[in-house]
Amino acid sequence: MKNPSINNPYIARSPMVAARLLGGEMMIMSAVDSTLFSLNEVATAIWQGADGATRLEEIVRQHVCPEFDVEPALATEDAEGFVAELAAHGVLLVSDQPISAPAPPRESP
Amino acid sequence: MSTLMQELNDKALALGVPLSVQLDVTYRCNERCIHCYLDHDDHGEMTTAEMKSVLDELAEAGVFYLTLSGGEILMRMDFFEILAYARALMFSVKLKTNGFMIKEKQADRIRNLGVESVQISIYSHRPEVHDGITKLPGSLKRSVDAVRFLMSRGLKVIVANALMRQNMNDYAGVKALARELGAECTIDPTITPKMDGDESILALRIPDAKLQEVFRDSSLFGNVEEFCAPPAPVGDDVLDSLPCSAGHTACYISPYGDVYPCVQFPLPSGNVRKQKFLDIWRHSSQLNEVRSIRARDLNGCSGCGHVGTCTRCPGLAYMEGNMRGPSWADCEKSFARTGIPSPNMLARMAAGSAAPAFLPASFSLVQIQGLTA
Repeated sequence: MKNPSINNPYIARSPMVAARLLGGEMMIMSAVDSTLFSLNEVATAIWQGADGATRLEEIVRQHVCPEFDVEPALATEDAEGFVAELAAHGVLLVSDQPISAPAPPRESP
Repeated sequence: MSTLMQELNDKALALGVPLSVQLDVTYRCNERCIHCYLDHDDHGEMTTAEMKSVLDELAEAGVFYLTLSGGEILMRMDFFEILAYARALMFSVKLKTNGFMIKEKQADRIRNLGVESVQISIYSHRPEVHDGITKLPGSLKRSVDAVRFLMSRGLKVIVANALMRQNMNDYAGVKALARELGAECTIDPTITPKMDGDESILALRIPDAKLQEVFRDSSLFGNVEEFCAPPAPVGDDVLDSLPCSAGHTACYISPYGDVYPCVQFPLPSGNVRKQKFLDIWRHSSQLNEVRSIRARDLNGCSGCGHVGTCTRCPGLAYMEGNMRGPSWADCEKSFARTGIPSPNMLARMAAGSAAPAFLPASFSLVQIQGLTA
């Protein structure tokens, strides 16, 4: 499910999901289709780094490589697949431009 | 339950995390349902700030599934402020409502806030029956409109059909209505005593013969032969199992801040106005007592053949007098389902209490014991 259209995208957590850390692993429910995900520690690190202002490769370099002792190229390849899958369920927002800080759900005026 | 959901539940249980909480934001209601277990006066609901503080504490405690219920949730003027706050804390939020006050604008707000699902109570497809139960003229139309408004915005809606004598012949009509609306439908024959212990509304429970009929409806339970089969012998795994999630991975908080193991288990366990939620969750002697109970500890149940399949509710057992004992209402359900009486039923019959009306007079204790042997 790799998205070939965006290389090294900016990624942001969607505000339209439910998420909670349980024993070091993030559980997430998509508001789009109620799919439930449990992220492992590596995926959780990427999720937590998805601030909309940082590109995926940088997130992997900052949050994954030092913590999990993995080569950047290999980790990035894995991360791209993970990001594409979560993006398909509306859990992550992906863009070639920085994504403004994802606002938590607010009421429409 | 999906495998992943079961895994998360097991993990939460092992870690002592309250995965699910129902928070009633008010007991006030615009309907006056004849079977309702609540007192609808406001005895000092938590303020908006208190509600937000509780939500902060629940998020910190690891709560993921949050049910906002009542009373009628939209009786609170600040309801959407509370809901928005809950969603900003990234709870998976389910709403329980009668839908009367949900019009297009409210449906938009609920959709925009990323609510997981909305449960709306519908008692009958016939206005005279539904409105007769809610005591609010026009309520069926308004509830059905609400389902339509929510469905048209892509929200998941569950029609909840509580069965009682007044509507016991209408569940097929409600199911058909839900199907037409595109909503899911759940049917529940459980009527509980009022929270103050008043048992007068138990007279509304559907008759045992009707309960038997409901349990044999394949449109509700699929393979009836399997569903109504005599229970298989159980092993230690069943006897060492937990009665339910109440107090283990779930609890309930009232509009006044009182914490209970479950909405159907009114054992006062603390109050979030006086203590931090996590302190109550971890250290309440009442919750810890509930947690200590295993199926093998249940008086009258551990040796019962139904122990592996019974829907015994610890809260109902508590309301009937002993949280370590059987729930008479669930004994009746097991009997209605399988035709095999529980030892608890036999004991009550021997003591002269009323037996279910559908138990044949010639059904002697010897025969019954023979069946259960």
